[in-house]
Amino acid sequence: MITIALNLAIAMVTLAALLNVYRLIKGPDEPDRVLAIDTLYINAIALIILLGITLGTRMYLESALLIAVMGFVSTVAMAKYLKRGSVIE
Amino acid sequence: MSPFAEYAISALLIFGGAFTLVGAIGLARLPDFYTRLHGPTKATTVGVGAIMLSSVIYFSAMGEDIGISEILITVFLLMTAPVSANMLAKAAMHIGVNTLESTKGNPWEQ
Amino acid sequence: MFDRLSFPQPWLSLILFTTWQILSDGVSGGSVVLGLILAWLIPQMTHGFWPERPAFVKTWRMPAYILRVLKDIVAASFSVAWLILSPRKPRPAFINYPLKLEHPLAISILASTISLTPGTVSADVSDDKKTLLIHALDATSDQEVIDTIHNRYEKPLMEMFQ
Repeated sequence: MITIALNLAIAMVTLAALLNVYRLIKGPDEPDRVLAIDTLYINAIALIILLGITLGTRMYLESALLIAVMGFVSTVAMAKYLKRGSVIE
Repeated sequence: MSPFAEYAISALLIFGGAFTLVGAIGLARLPDFYTRLHGPTKATTVGVGAIMLSSVIYFSAMGEDIGISEILITVFLLMTAPVSANMLAKAAMHIGVNTLESTKGNPWEQ
Repeated sequence: MFDRLSFPQPWLSLILFTTWQILSDGVSGGSVVLGLILAWLIPQMTHGFWPERPAFVKTWRMPAYILRVLKDIVAASFSVAWLILSPRKPRPAFINYPLKLEHPLAISILASTISLTPGTVSADVSDDKKTLLIHALDATSDQEVIDTIHNRYEKPLMEMFQ
C-alpha cells in the first residue's frame, strides 16, 4: 500500500513542479517568477524526501536541508534585488 | 511494520502530495500576484510538512532513530515561508504589480 | 573584556547549540566543543543586528501559542485549498491593521503568524511600527479580519511580552 501512495505522491508533486514551471515561464512580473522558483525548490525538497523513502535511505536528507537553506537565502536575495536594485548595501 | 503505521504513512503521503499540488494549482490559476502569494505560503508548506512527517514515521517504523533532521527541515520551512512571502510582497509593492480590480483597499507606496 | 566572553543572546545561543548537536550525527565531545564555539561566536558577530535584549517575560506561554498556531495552519490550508479549487472568484482586500504590540520581536512573530494562518499574508509594517498592511485572500469585511487576529493572536502575544 505504501508503494501505491508513494507513487501517487511523487506523481502529484511532479505535476505541481510542472505547474510552477508554467508560472515561471509565463510571469508576467518578476515577483511572480521569483515566487515560482521559491515554490519550485520547496517541491524539490518534497521530491527528495519521497525519493529517500522509495530507496529506504536517509542519506538525501542532508541535501534537502542544504536546498532549504540555499533556497531561502536566494529568494531573499532576489526579493531584495527587485526592491533596492542591489543585494548587499 | 504494523498496519496502523502503514495506513498513517500512506494517508500522510497522499495528503502531502495533494496539498503540494493544490498550492501549485493556486500559483498557476489565481488572478493576480498578491492572491498567488497565498497558495505557496500555506498549502505547499503544509504539504511538505505532511510528507516529512510520513518520512519520520516510516523510518522509525523501520527501526531506525527518530528523524530529527526531518523535523529541523520542517521547522525551518515554517519559519522561512512567511519571511520570503513578506519580502516578495514588499518587492511587488515597490515595482507596482497589477492588482485585481475587485481588490478592496490599496497597497502602500514604497 | 567581560562583555566579549558572555552570551549576549542566551536564547539564540541555546538554539544554535541545540541545532548543531542535531546536525552533527549524535552528541560527542567534538560536537559539544564546536557547538559551544558557534553559540558564542555567532551572537558576537551578529551583535549589531540585535539592538536590544529580547523582553521575553513569560516564556512558558510559548508552547500553547505554538500549538494553537500549528492547528490553525492546518485549518488555514484547508480553507485556502477550498478557495483555490472552487470556481468562484476570491474577494481579495488590503487591510490596515492597527498594531497594539510595541516590541519589534513581538511584531515580527505576529506578522509571521498572520502569513501562515487563514487567508492572510502580512505585507509591510509602517515606519512608526503602528500599522501592519495585510493582504486577505477572501475577506467579507475588514473589521472581521482585524477582530479575529486581535483576539486569537495579538492578545496572547501581548500577555507574553508585557
